[in-house]
Amino acid sequence: MASIQITNLSKTYPGASGPSVADINLSIRDGEFIVLVGPSGCGKSTLLRMVAGLEDITGGEIHIGDRLVNRVDPADRDIAMVFQNYALYPHMTVRENMAYGLKNRKTPAAEIEARVAEAARMLELRPYLDRKPRALSGGQRQRVAMGRAVVRQPAAFLFDEPLSNLDAKLRVSMRGEIRRLQKRLGTTSLYVTHDQLEAMTLADRLVVLNGGRIEQIGAPLDIYHRPASTFVASFIGAPAMNLLDAEIAGGTLRLGTVEIARIATAAQGPVSLGIRAEDLSIATQGLPFRLDFIEELGAQRLVHGHVEGQPLTLSLSPDIAISDQMHLAIRPGALHLFDTNTGKRLSLPESERQQIHAPA
Amino acid sequence: MTELSHLPATPRTGLRRWYRGRPALPAKRVQFDQPLLPWLFLMPQLAVIFVFFYWPSAQAISSSFYLEDPFGFGATFVGLENYGAALGSGEYRKIAGFTALFTLLVTVFSLGLGLLFAVKADKIIRGRATYRTALISVYAIAPPVAGLMGMMLFDQHIGPFVTLAGWFGWNMQVGIDYWDTAFALVLVSVWKQVPYNFIFFLSGLQGIPASVREAALIDCRNGLTRFRTAILLLLAPTAFFLLIINITYALFDTFAVIDVMVKDKPANNPITLVYKVYSDGFRGNDIGGSAAQSVILMVVVLILTLVQFRWLERRVHYG
Ligand SMILES: Nc1ncnc2c1ncn2[C@@H]1O[C@H](COP(=O)(O)OP(=O)(O)OP(=O)(O)O)[C@@H](O)[C@H]1O
Ligand SMILES: [Mg+2]
Repeated sequence: MASIQITNLSKTYPGASGPSVADINLSIRDGEFIVLVGPSGCGKSTLLRMVAGLEDITGGEIHIGDRLVNRVDPADRDIAMVFQNYALYPHMTVRENMAYGLKNRKTPAAEIEARVAEAARMLELRPYLDRKPRALSGGQRQRVAMGRAVVRQPAAFLFDEPLSNLDAKLRVSMRGEIRRLQKRLGTTSLYVTHDQLEAMTLADRLVVLNGGRIEQIGAPLDIYHRPASTFVASFIGAPAMNLLDAEIAGGTLRLGTVEIARIATAAQGPVSLGIRAEDLSIATQGLPFRLDFIEELGAQRLVHGHVEGQPLTLSLSPDIAISDQMHLAIRPGALHLFDTNTGKRLSLPESERQQIHAPA
Repeated sequence: MTELSHLPATPRTGLRRWYRGRPALPAKRVQFDQPLLPWLFLMPQLAVIFVFFYWPSAQAISSSFYLEDPFGFGATFVGLENYGAALGSGEYRKIAGFTALFTLLVTVFSLGLGLLFAVKADKIIRGRATYRTALISVYAIAPPVAGLMGMMLFDQHIGPFVTLAGWFGWNMQVGIDYWDTAFALVLVSVWKQVPYNFIFFLSGLQGIPASVREAALIDCRNGLTRFRTAILLLLAPTAFFLLIINITYALFDTFAVIDVMVKDKPANNPITLVYKVYSDGFRGNDIGGSAAQSVILMVVVLILTLVQFRWLERRVHYG
C-alpha cells in the first residue's frame, strides 16, 4: 500500500498535434479510491497507463510511495491492473491466470496457493479454478481479472473501465463488490470510467478530466453541489444541470424579463445560470414555465419545458399535479453562476444573494 | 432448392475419428431432393484427388512389386524384393540419414528464423510496410530460381559466400565436398522457407490482443520468460500448423533446389530420398525400385503426420 504522487505530468503521442494529457497534478493518499472521469478521448486511459508504465511519460514525474517510477518497468512498479476486456491469458486456467504474476516473482508455492485460494473464496471463483477463461461468462471473467490483481497484494490497483463490458444489472452488483473489496483490503486505487454514476458511487475523490486537463478534484458530493465549471456541471449528475443564459445588471440577476435574485456585486453583464432539476418546484408565482413533455421514471418524473424561451428540466414527485403553464420557484442557495466566456464558477458569498422568488 | 451452405466445411473422415479416439461431431443433416446431386457437386474435387493422388499411388504400389524391363518389354513379379533391395542398401540408408538431418535442420532453422523476424517486425512501428515487404518478397521466388541463385552465391569462382568463407579459412567447395554442399542446400532451403513462416507467425502475433501482452508486461519482468510463457504458447496453433508444413517442405518441396544445385555435379553429393526416387526412376530407369522407395516415403510421412496430430495437437491450445 502506498500513496501516489503525480507532478506536472503530460503526454504527447508521437505525431499528435497537441498533448493528450497536460500538466496533471494529483496527490493520492494511501488507501484512497480515486476515480478519473470524463468524456471519451479526454485522456483518462493515457493517464492511467502512464502510472502503470505501459505508456512513456513525456513530461513530469510519478512517485509511487517514495519511489520515482518514471523509468521503472511495469512489473517493478508494484501495481496491478484490471483491463476493460479482462486480458486473461486464454491458454491458462483460472488458477494459473491468478498464479502467473506471483510465480514470476518467485513467490513460494505454498504462499501462492494460499493467496489464490483466499481470492477465489472472496470472489466466489472456487468452482471455476480449473476452467479456461473461454468457458466463463463475462461476469466470471471480470472476477478472475479482479482476482489476478488481488492475489498480487500490490501497492495500488489500476482499473480501466473494468465494468463497461457487463450488462447494466451486473455492473451495479460488481460495482458494489469492487467497493467492498477495496475497503476491506485498503489498497490505493485509481479507477477510470466515463460513467458518472459509477464515478459518484465508487469514489472517495473524483477527478474530472476535460481535454487532457483536470477540470476539478473533490469528493463526489462537493463536486455535485459546487461544480467548478459549466463542463463539470453538465457532466456530473443525471439529469444534467440546467444551464441558462442570464444577466446581472444593477445588482439584480435576471433571466429574460424575470428577476431571479438580488446580488451585491459590482459585476455587470451576461452570466450562465445553473440550476439542478431537483432544486426547482412548482409555486404560485415565479418563473413562467411552459410544459413540453414528461418522462416517467417511476419514483420521480422528469418534466421538460421552456422558461423565457430556454429549455429547462425539473424533477418532481409523481403525485404533484402538473399543468401546461406553471410558475417555478428555485430552492434558496441552489443557484450556480458561471462566467459565460470561460465557463468557470463565479463565487459569490451566500449572504450577498437574496432570492426573489423563494417558495413560501 | 438444396442448401449447400449447410455442408460442414471440413468433412470428418473415419480416420480422423479413429486416431482422435472419440466420436466425431455429428454433421448437420441436409435433405437433398435428388440423391445424386451432392455427388455431382463433389465430382470435380473427387476427380482431382483420384487423378493426382489415388491413381498414381496405386500405380506406385503395384509397380513396387515388379521388376520392370527398362525398355518396356513387360514386367516380372518379384514380391518384396524391391523393398529389400532399397532397405538393404547402404547408400539408401545413408541418404535416409541425410534426409532426416536435412529435414530437422531446415525445419528448425526456418521456423526459428521466421519466428525471430516476426517478433522483431512486430515491434517496428516506422517503416513497417517496407520491412515486411522485403521479408515476404522472397516467398515469391520459384524454387528452381532459388536454387539457381543459391548456385551463383556458392559458385566456386564468383560466389560471395565462398569468398566470405575463405576469409575465415574455410575452403568451401560446394558441389564437390559433401558437407559443404549439404551446408549450401540447407541454407538455400531455409532462406526460401523463412518468409512463409514469417507471414504466419507475424499474423499470429498480431492476433494476440494488446491488453493480454500488457497484462503479461505487468505480471512478468523477464522478457524471455514472458515470451516463452505468455506469447509463444498463444502462437502454438500457428507453430503446429507450420511444423507440419515445414517438414513436408523439407522432405518434398526442396526437390527443385536440390536438383538445380547438384544435377551436373560429381556423384558424391548429398541428396534427399525424394531426389533419389526421381534419379533412380527416371535416370536409372529402375521403375520398380523407385516405386518401392516412394511407397516407403509415403508410409513414413503418413506415420509422421499421425504422430504429430495425435501427440502434439492435444498439447496445443486453440483459443
Ligand atoms: N497510441 C496513441 N497514439 C496517438 N494518439 C493516441 C493514442 N492513444 C490515445 N491517443 C489520443 O489521446 C487522447 C486520449 O486518449 P485516451 O485513450 O486516454 O482517452 P480516454 O479518456 O481513455 O477515452 P475513452 O473513454 O474513449 O477510453 C485521444 O484524443 C486519443 O486520440
Ligand atoms: Mg480509455
